[in-house]
Amino acid sequence: MPAEPSAPAETLLDVRNLSVSFRSEKGVIRIIEDISFSVGAREILSIVGESGSGKSITSLAVMRLITDPNAIIEGSIIYKGRDLLKLDPREMRDLRGRDIAMIFQDPMTAMTPVYTIGWQIEEQIRAHQKLSRRAARARAVELLGEMGIPAPARAATRYPHQLSGGMRQRAMIAMALSCNPSLLIADEPTTALDVTVQAQILELIQRLRRDFGSSVILITHDMGVVGTISDRVMVMYAGTVVERGPKPMVLAQPSHPYTLGLLRSIPPMHGERPFRLPSIPGSPPAPTARPAGCPFQPRCDFRFEPCGNRPPLFRHGAQEVACFLAADHLPDWDHERAIRAPGAAA
Amino acid sequence: MSGTRPTMLHAASVTKRFRVGSRFRTGGVQIVHALTDVSLDVFPGETVGLVGESGCGKSTLGRCLLRLYSIDDGRIAFQGKDITNLSQRELRPLRAEMQMVFQDPYSSLNPRRRVGDLIAEPLRVHGKRSEADVQNRLRELMELVNLSPDFLQRFPHEFSGGQRQRIGIARAIAMSPRLVVADEPVSALDVSVQAQIVNLFMDLQQKLGLTYVFIAHDLSVVRQIATRTAVMYLGGIVEIGDTDTVLHSPAHPYTAALISAVPEPDPHGNIRARTILRGEPPSPTNPPSGCRFHTRCPIAQERCGVEVPVLRPLDPGRRVACHFPLQSGEVAGHG
Repeated sequence: MPAEPSAPAETLLDVRNLSVSFRSEKGVIRIIEDISFSVGAREILSIVGESGSGKSITSLAVMRLITDPNAIIEGSIIYKGRDLLKLDPREMRDLRGRDIAMIFQDPMTAMTPVYTIGWQIEEQIRAHQKLSRRAARARAVELLGEMGIPAPARAATRYPHQLSGGMRQRAMIAMALSCNPSLLIADEPTTALDVTVQAQILELIQRLRRDFGSSVILITHDMGVVGTISDRVMVMYAGTVVERGPKPMVLAQPSHPYTLGLLRSIPPMHGERPFRLPSIPGSPPAPTARPAGCPFQPRCDFRFEPCGNRPPLFRHGAQEVACFLAADHLPDWDHERAIRAPGAAA
Repeated sequence: MSGTRPTMLHAASVTKRFRVGSRFRTGGVQIVHALTDVSLDVFPGETVGLVGESGCGKSTLGRCLLRLYSIDDGRIAFQGKDITNLSQRELRPLRAEMQMVFQDPYSSLNPRRRVGDLIAEPLRVHGKRSEADVQNRLRELMELVNLSPDFLQRFPHEFSGGQRQRIGIARAIAMSPRLVVADEPVSALDVSVQAQIVNLFMDLQQKLGLTYVFIAHDLSVVRQIATRTAVMYLGGIVEIGDTDTVLHSPAHPYTAALISAVPEPDPHGNIRARTILRGEPPSPTNPPSGCRFHTRCPIAQERCGVEVPVLRPLDPGRRVACHFPLQSGEVAGHG
């Protein structure tokens, strides 16, 4: 498969034909269905999706953190020329934390409650670098300061539960950055935070790319967050990629009915208030009950005959769309609405 | 406050404190000043949005308004009747008229009971209805919240988040209340489902003439649903007025900062274009002197640290608690 049209020249991470399934009593459940994507050097890629879309499992697969013995992971995850899926656990452990770091939605579960923040960052530094305890502590305090934590030396002596949510998230980012990773995977890093704190954390992630030259995979359900800091967007639905492209294009001209619906269902902060919010009927399917053909088809206003088959990713310039409406050109929604879904006309 | 229009709910100078900790633990007993001198009138048929960040007291206020919490000071009247000091038993007949919808549809429904029984519970507790009557009402309610009557026999775990929230709403409106306090009813839902539930709230209001107090941290949801909006910070209302006025030309610096922080799906969005509020809200156990926002306020002056600003009328339909309210247009540069 040739590289994506929109991917930057220098590729850091290249995920090819990744599938993740779990064996269960009810047979094999497919969570991720054959997805490919890449992340360029110094790029912020947002992966957007709702619950059950497989966005978090994708990131866990990249980190090789799926430890369930019933998991079946297929495909390849090429990072700097090496296939992560073929590394032995020791090599992977060496890479994890040093080269690829991850931050989670809830820092409380990602940190141990029984050691201080400073101790935890220190340990992470010493696991990957030959530094004395004292030097590692100094570096930890320095990092906490860089993350905008007031009185960092004092904060380093605190336990996770003694810090506020925003401060904990900063401490976790400090820990993730302690070894200058080339790739940071941030899984819903601001979902549990208030908007004013969210803005600060997003600014921090942006700075990371600027100051450290890191690439970022930002996993979120929030199109607002996507609009604020990403370069490229990949929209996932039911374990597949439904749309991908540079952020300005995807947000200005969403070309998959799901992306369109997602954007339209956000109440606007400016301009006319719609009498009714355009909403997508139903809810995202559970992995055990995914429909045949196009996974979005049961909720789609624009459903037509070909949708019984699974659409490939059609390419138009830098934008890719998995919808038969986009087979020849990007869909013109006013036109499509007029001919296919007269009832849905707003 | 003009008292000519009859209020659905009238809250005057409500103060609520919580004791946390224990004298046997380090730190000892501390007092959380959850609400300080909060006054709010809710008029029939309107939707008042309560917004603010976590810990600002919006949920506490919601619960105090329904007297789910007792209050330490102030007065609350529901439809002209003083309910400040009523006992829970005395409140019970009034409960049919004021209901609450909770954030988490996963934990607010008993997993061991069938949906039909869950929704029927208020009908059986309050009314002297016959069983046939209860069953009719159940069907009616399911239709109102767009769920199939077949679902009545199922258990909560068989439903998606959006459906569970519909069940929670059906339960709240079962007794035909006049007032519904909804505490973050859509924040736990997927975005595509959120819009459905917001629409449902608006439909029900129209059909049943409900009055809402809608608590949310998401400004765009509040903008969609609320006729008036109250912005809270650290236990007090800092600005209240018509939603359009408050959100389009905020007068309080905190309102302005909050609006600026809302991320929008803007194709050319950029974090640097925002005014970012520094720091985090101070602890409500030890609120700052004077204006409680002065420690983070970009335009704070000496007076702000000393003198508590009162909520005063700024222009028709809006009141603000700030010594130096912003003039309209001052927060341009956003959007």
